[in-house]
This record gives sequence, structure tokens and C-alpha cells, in this order.
Amino acid sequence: MIEVKNLTKSFDGKTVLDNVNATFYTGKTNLIIGQSGSGKTVLMKSTVGLVRPDSGEILYDGRDFLAMNTTQIKNLRREIGMLFQGSALFDSETVIGNIMFPLIMFSDMTQAEMLDRAYFCLERVNLKGAENKYPSEISGGMQKRVAIARAIALNPKYLFCDEPNSGLDPRTSILIDELLADITHEYNITTVINTHDMNSVLGIGENIVFINKGKNEWIGNKNEIYHAANEALNEFVFATDLFQEVKNYIISSAKPLQK
Amino acid sequence: MLLSHSISSFGKYCLFLSRVFNRPNRWNVFLNRTIFEITKLGVDSIQLVIIISLFIGSVIAIQMQLNIASPLIPAYAVGLATRDIVLLEFSNSILCLILAGKVGSSIASEIGTMRVTEQIDAIDIMGVNSANFLVLPKITGFILFMPVLVAFCIATSFLGGFLVAVFTDIISVSRYVYGLQAMFNEWYVWYGFIKSLFFAFIISSVASYFGYYVKGGALEVGKASTNAVVTSSIMILLLDVILTKLLLQ
Repeated sequence: MIEVKNLTKSFDGKTVLDNVNATFYTGKTNLIIGQSGSGKTVLMKSTVGLVRPDSGEILYDGRDFLAMNTTQIKNLRREIGMLFQGSALFDSETVIGNIMFPLIMFSDMTQAEMLDRAYFCLERVNLKGAENKYPSEISGGMQKRVAIARAIALNPKYLFCDEPNSGLDPRTSILIDELLADITHEYNITTVINTHDMNSVLGIGENIVFINKGKNEWIGNKNEIYHAANEALNEFVFATDLFQEVKNYIISSAKPLQK
Repeated sequence: MLLSHSISSFGKYCLFLSRVFNRPNRWNVFLNRTIFEITKLGVDSIQLVIIISLFIGSVIAIQMQLNIASPLIPAYAVGLATRDIVLLEFSNSILCLILAGKVGSSIASEIGTMRVTEQIDAIDIMGVNSANFLVLPKITGFILFMPVLVAFCIATSFLGGFLVAVFTDIISVSRYVYGLQAMFNEWYVWYGFIKSLFFAFIISSVASYFGYYVKGGALEVGKASTNAVVTSSIMILLLDVILTKLLLQ
């Protein structure tokens, strides 16, 4: 479980995060949602340590991240996997080389064991056969899956995904969402997903934190979101006619949306 | 304003170097990456060094003959002057200025692209010191291979002058070769090698610094690459003066 308490961050006098509080639960897909520029990426980057917040607390299973020394941070980071918006795969490495990177750097496995583990991760994301391709030779969706495989190679306790669906077609987006949800439940990981894809929100949002203008305005799950009274949330989530109709249907039939 | 910016940048550069010069996570990975960088930054530069040195060596020999042609100056002085110019300045300072363009821009754009595509963030998130992982092998590899490039440069420059002697009638081969050997000061060779090591460090570290701190997109990567070349060239020239004063006087 990750707890964020009273997190504040400003850039050049402009407050981007204003006393944000959130809890990300283990074994659940935790979503941070909000409009572009609302501060959700800063919240995620602060949580993983890529941005230093001005004040507040970040607790990883009770361990205060901001009070840790360099060695403790290094050790904690070995428990973290992260999927970046642009996948952030190493161009000079093949798919299998990318997945093996964290294993080479941190595990005491033999070369054969590392290869076994890398192939297992590759199979887990349904990409067997692409091991010798370079990132530039595979599609965006495949790159995301390779990045997921790399992120889970060291069996992380915490998985962060920054807009995993950006630039993907709806079908591939659903596949990535399902993969992330499956991995979260299968390995009991604390998964935090930063998104503004409403399909993801309504599909895999087991714990949703809505950030608006640097403040967390609403916390709930994908079933509760239909009945939320928060105006900014409703404007954001049900902005399109399609999602508005879905909401009306759900409320009128008084049952959660099935896949 | 400019002074405070320069001091601030220098401080940031020093902090960057303190992150670079750390114990690598895995020595075998560091050695593999160093060998890779030697190939990429060093071996791949040999061709350029040979081509440039051959032509500049020829040009120096021709210009020496044209400029010092006098009955009071012995003919072998062309070989001697060519040798000293090559050993003292061309094979180290001028060569490194050229390499600052090739190697420096390559390093800055590679690391800069990794920064803007979040590859460096990905390395950091895994708990790897990205500055150390990416930059130390480049600095080590380039410094280790620089004497080889200097040696190639010296040899091919002399060869360029030699070819002028062979294929033209402006100086005889025997006098050119005699001039290359006359009044030889071995320290000049060491002086060139020592200077080149400092310059190799500047090229690789300054280019890495500019690439590492890129913010933005492709446009900023291009700017960082240009800034890396300009800054390392200025630093090479400045250090050239200091090292010449220290090593030759």
C-alpha cells in the first residue's frame, strides 16, 4: 500500500499539487485521473521520486520515502516497476535485452536463469517470437507490452504506469488494461495508473483518485463514479455523449456495467 | 548575469561529475559498455582521423616549403617544422577540436534523446545511477583510446608530408625524412599525449553533461548538441594555453 499525505509541489510559484492525499491499495488497480495539466503526472513522478515535492509524506507500506537516504531509496526502487508514457525502451537493445536489463543489473541469476525469466515475462505479455526485434521494429502496443514485461521482470511490489494507453487504438488499449489488471491481481502488486482514458476508468478502476487543479476532489471506484456528485468529475468523465448515455443507463437500471 | 550563469553551470557540471564518478553497479556491465564505447567513439573515428591527418600533413609540408624557402634556411627545416607542428599542436589540440564536433555531438545527441524519451528516467527508477551507468564508460573508453587516435594522427600526418615529397619536387624525400628526425625532442610526443587525455575528458564529459540535462524535445537535443561542441571547443582552447604553459615552460 502506498499512502500520499498532504503532498504539495510548486513550479516557479505556481502550485501544481495542493495538499493531495491518496491511498493506493495492494492488489488493486489504482487510477489517477484528471484533465491534462491537472497535476496527475507530477503526483506520480513525486510518488516515485522523479520530482521532489515541497512538502508532504509518501509512505510505501509505512516506509517514509522522503525521509530515506540514498541507499534506502536505491533499495526501494528495486521494488518498483514503471511503465512510461512513451514506453522508454532502450533503442540500442533488443526486446529480450530490454527485459533482461533489470535482471543483469540487480539479480544474482546466471545468464540461463535470466534468459528463462525474461522469456517467461515475454510470454506473460503475449509477445513470444518478438525477442530479437528492436523497439523501432515493433508497434506501439507491442512496445508497451515489452515495457510491462521489463517492469515486472524483478517481481516488483509496486507498478506505476504513466498513461499506458496513450497513442494506442481502442482494442489494444483494452488489451493493455486487461494485462495490467491481470498482473496486478496475479502478483498482488500495488498498481498505480495515470490515465485520462475513460475506457480504462470504467473498465479497471478499482480505486480512482480524481485530481482537479492540483487538488484531489474525489476518491472512489468504477461503480461509485456513476453516482458521484462532484461536478468537475462528471464534466471530465462523462464529457462525451456516449459516456453520458452509459451513465444514464447504469443509473436507470441500477446495476454496474458488465464487460 | 553571464558570470553567475557560468558559475552556476560549472557547479552543476561538478555535481554531475560527482554522480558519474561512482562505483559501478556491476563491473562486468561497466567493462562491456566501456569496450562498446571504445569501438563506437574511438575505433569508428580512426577513418576520419586518417583522412584529415593525411591531408593536413600534406598541406603543412607544402606551406612550410612555401613560407620558409630561403637560402639561409636548410631544406630539411620543412620536415622539422612539419614534425613539430604535428607533434605540438595538430595531433592533439586541433585533432580534439575536430573530434569535439564528431564525438561530442554524437554523445550529446544520444544522451539527450535518451533523456527526452524518458529512457534515463527508466534507468533511474530501477535504482541504477544513470549518470554513472551511461557516462562513465564513455569517458573511460574515450580517454583510453585517445592516445591511439593521436598516434594514428601523427603517423598519417608524417605520411602526408612524405607523399608530398615523393610526388612533387618541392622537397626531396631524404631531406624531409632527415628533417623529421633532426633535433628530435621526445618530450613533445609525451606533451601531445598528455594534452590529448585532458581534451578527451573534456569532450566526453561536457557533451554528456549537455545531453543529460536536456529538457524538451528534438529541438532542444539539437541545441544541446551544438552547445556541447561550442563549450568543449572553448574549454579545449583554454586548457591548451594552460597545459602548454605548464608542460613546455
